Amino acid sequence: MLSLLRTLWEVCKHTLVKADTVQYPEQKPALSPRYRGRIVLTRDPDGEERCVACNLCAAACPVDCIALQKAEDESGRWYPAFFRINFSRCIMCGFCEEACPTYAIQLTPDFEMCEYDRQNMVYEKEHLLIDGTGKHHDYNFYRVAGMSIAGKDKGQAENEAPPVDVKTLLP
Amino acid sequence: MIDTGIGSPAAIFGILLSAITVSALLIWVERKLLAVWQDRIGPNRVGPFGLLQVAADMIKMFFKEDWIPPFADKPVFVLAPVIVFATMLSGFAVIPFAPDVGVVDLNFGLLYFLALSSLSVYSMILAGYASNNKYAILGGLRAAAQTISYEVFMGISVMGVVMLSGSFNLRQIVEAQRDGWFIAPQFLGFCVFLVAAIAESRRAPLDLPEAEQELVAGFHTEYSGMKFGMFFVGEYLGVTLSSALIVTLFFGGWLGPWLPPLLWFCLKTGICIAFFILVRGSLPRPRYDQLMAFGWKILLPAALFNLLATGAIALTVARI
Repeated sequence: MLSLLRTLWEVCKHTLVKADTVQYPEQKPALSPRYRGRIVLTRDPDGEERCVACNLCAAACPVDCIALQKAEDESGRWYPAFFRINFSRCIMCGFCEEACPTYAIQLTPDFEMCEYDRQNMVYEKEHLLIDGTGKHHDYNFYRVAGMSIAGKDKGQAENEAPPVDVKTLLP
Repeated sequence: MIDTGIGSPAAIFGILLSAITVSALLIWVERKLLAVWQDRIGPNRVGPFGLLQVAADMIKMFFKEDWIPPFADKPVFVLAPVIVFATMLSGFAVIPFAPDVGVVDLNFGLLYFLALSSLSVYSMILAGYASNNKYAILGGLRAAAQTISYEVFMGISVMGVVMLSGSFNLRQIVEAQRDGWFIAPQFLGFCVFLVAAIAESRRAPLDLPEAEQELVAGFHTEYSGMKFGMFFVGEYLGVTLSSALIVTLFFGGWLGPWLPPLLWFCLKTGICIAFFILVRGSLPRPRYDQLMAFGWKILLPAALFNLLATGAIALTVARI
């Protein structure tokens, strides 16, 4: 019985509490940088595409909304020949971002993606790719990974020792 | 000069119109107050402060398809929403708004109100029966049992007020509160009456006849369009009527300093309606057996004790 009165009083106290909601179209809600909204593909600090077309994001995607195809350029770097996200299926779960080994695919604090035509919800690589580095400014996959590409051999990456020559007996 | 005395056409028309307008506006008031208490903003788009939301809702309801299910008992189905609307509206006849404002001055006004509030349950029962739908009939059954149970304590709880004022006439009850509102000597009676009034108007948390989580929409599951609207406005009419009666019986009706009597009455009724909405916004709905147990095991003894104690004190005082 007393708990009921207490509840009444607690609710009544909210008369003077400011509203948590905002007048949406005129007033935008404050979204955190980690908000899971529209997906983008970022570039590394050198301005190259970060995506190495490893397909992990597509494998992690629970609704199978990511489609891509691997291609390889003359320096040996992998890149996606096409990269397509169907946002009419995407549930903004962020699994692709977690799966990505190169910080290429990232979710952004933007959710205003309404379209009248369903086909317009399918974003191609040119729509997804942005010029910036997203949330990780200094990360460059090829500078820290052991992959050998043109101009950088194995063992030349940061924090990496030259590979052990297994053919020799000397320590 | 238009005659605005008790029972004049102008007074009847004015009261009828303002009762319906206030009840319709309560749709907006309730949404806004609930929003405030839930830290939201609430309707504010249609018109100033969203006040025209009521008009928008009305237009929507009028233009909705007025569908009668083929399996329904058609005449009863149509009649049911009219009953709640009519009984609640005619309940306003005895409400003493101010010394010279009112529809009739019945010397059994309180009994008249009790009779009408029990009649309104026919609306729910008939709606539940006529819908020919298991959820609706369950809602109707609940409404019947709930109203019959709470009617008992409602009647007994106001008898203390009747004893103290010595009259069933609501105007004389108000006049008898010149020396002090009946809320103080009749606090127990007030508590019982308040719970019973919430149960009678079938408002959350005692809205078991329409409990959405269990019964779809209870007795008005099959209703749409303006027929549903009549149930809807009938509920708000019930809230307004119950609030007006609580103010009349326990808070001194139109009595109050400085302000004109009519304004006092409206102010007190408004606060009471806001309290009804606060109760809806904060308390959870009890289970059906809890509702019945609470009624018969707590409210009935409380009301009877209040009756006996008031009678004993009144007799003692009269003897001295």
